[in-house]
Amino acid sequence: MSGELFWILISAMVVNNFTLFYFLGLCPFMGVSARVETAIRMGAANIFVLTITSICAWFLNTYILPYAPYLRLISFIVVIASLVQIVEMTIKKISPKLFRQLGIYLPLITTNCAILGFAIFATNKGYGFLQGLSYAVGAGLGLTLALVLMASIRESAELSDVADVAKGTALVFIIAGCLSLAFMGFAGLLSTT
Amino acid sequence: MTTRSLLITASPHLGARDTTPTIMWSVVASLVPVVGAAIYYFGPSAVLVIGAACAGAMMTELVFGPKGALKDGSAAITGILLGLVLPPGLPMWMAFLGGVFSIGIGKLIFGGLGQNIFNPALLGRAFLQAAFPVALTTWPALGGDWWSLRGDNLALPLMSPATPDALTGATPLGLMKFEQVATADSNLIMGSIGGSLGETSGIIILLCGLYLALRNHLNWRIPASILLTVALFSGGLHLLDPVRYPSAIFMLFSGGLMIGAVYMATDMVTSPVTNRGCWIFGFGIGFLVVVIRLWGGLPEGVMYAILLMNAMVPFINRATQPRVFGTRLKEVGS
Repeated sequence: MSGELFWILISAMVVNNFTLFYFLGLCPFMGVSARVETAIRMGAANIFVLTITSICAWFLNTYILPYAPYLRLISFIVVIASLVQIVEMTIKKISPKLFRQLGIYLPLITTNCAILGFAIFATNKGYGFLQGLSYAVGAGLGLTLALVLMASIRESAELSDVADVAKGTALVFIIAGCLSLAFMGFAGLLSTT
Repeated sequence: MTTRSLLITASPHLGARDTTPTIMWSVVASLVPVVGAAIYYFGPSAVLVIGAACAGAMMTELVFGPKGALKDGSAAITGILLGLVLPPGLPMWMAFLGGVFSIGIGKLIFGGLGQNIFNPALLGRAFLQAAFPVALTTWPALGGDWWSLRGDNLALPLMSPATPDALTGATPLGLMKFEQVATADSNLIMGSIGGSLGETSGIIILLCGLYLALRNHLNWRIPASILLTVALFSGGLHLLDPVRYPSAIFMLFSGGLMIGAVYMATDMVTSPVTNRGCWIFGFGIGFLVVVIRLWGGLPEGVMYAILLMNAMVPFINRATQPRVFGTRLKEVGS
């Protein structure tokens, strides 16, 4: 059982990386990857929100959606977004330090496609509670990995004289494409999970 | 970068005889035996494919690159290396396109020589693999007439190449992965095996690498750590389950491991700056190669392993920053 959880985590983190394999969550990937420090914080916020998402999705799938399957998309979005807001307010009250660490990123990614995508993937794969949790942590770590890689590449590319046509966001997209090409090598790995 | 006429560096000014062109052209010279082996095993097809890849790389450098950049030889190296990792039967226009992509997207976009993140030749190969998966995994069988083409090299652009008449074979890694057939060690080491143009003779590549390492044109720690990791990791697995996992000799001499470890991973631009970083880099490549080969969906993973570790290089450089003389370690960096 614990072995299975571990492989779900690795698979979501590296093989089926949300950003580089499914192309989900591209907005933070492009937008907040200029510095490694901010990228790490963004990744932490991602892991946090994904974990909450997985708990929400499990509750909704188990107790509510069997009776009203047509509510799936809207209930995912509404419940996840409002719960994250509530959790954020709680953190602000209880631990202002952690709140400052996560900063603006927490509400920013709540409505991101990676979050909704995760909820739908986890539902389609039929994961239970623990499996869903490890899938969430793996997906979050995968997003963090992609963000940190991208940020460190961008920091070093700042020192080089990039061609005029590719300056700015264009270069970020080209780097993202190259990273995605490199991650194609993992295709087919752990295909049983 | 400042303008070249205003380039000011701090003392001491030590003169070194090595310049970028001498290093690059000596790498090209060291590739001659490897190309020779490719021609010996694959005949005129080797010349056509390597020539087309070179033409693509050098023409792109000539048209879009800075003035005179062609003379430093880096585009020639990229072209030859790209040609060496392509299958012999590849249509020439695909090899040409790969060369254009390698230099254009892999190098010039990032600012030209010395500023690219990924190895240009491997990026071109990965692009071709994603764009033309069938053509890139069709391997000709060995033997037959030396003068015959090993596939439809002369196919017109965007036309599907004519299927070769019962000429396809399989690489040792493909045989091992999909049919559980091992190839004789002697064939592997001497190089009479199917595969890409430069995947044949491991011994020749090792000798060329030794020459480059003695001239200090590559950091010996990178190939050493890659080969050591692959040997120990796969050897250990082979001891655990000899039926399922191939031997270390097989893993070392099959596929593109030799040419990847000696020529691709040691690219000065895309490998870490510090020696400690080089050990980490090589260990990562070796580990990923074994993981992708043994458990992945693809028979060969050297290209992807090197590209993935190329992406890690800025991070490795950050992590292995040496201590500035006279300071404590903690004060260094941000």
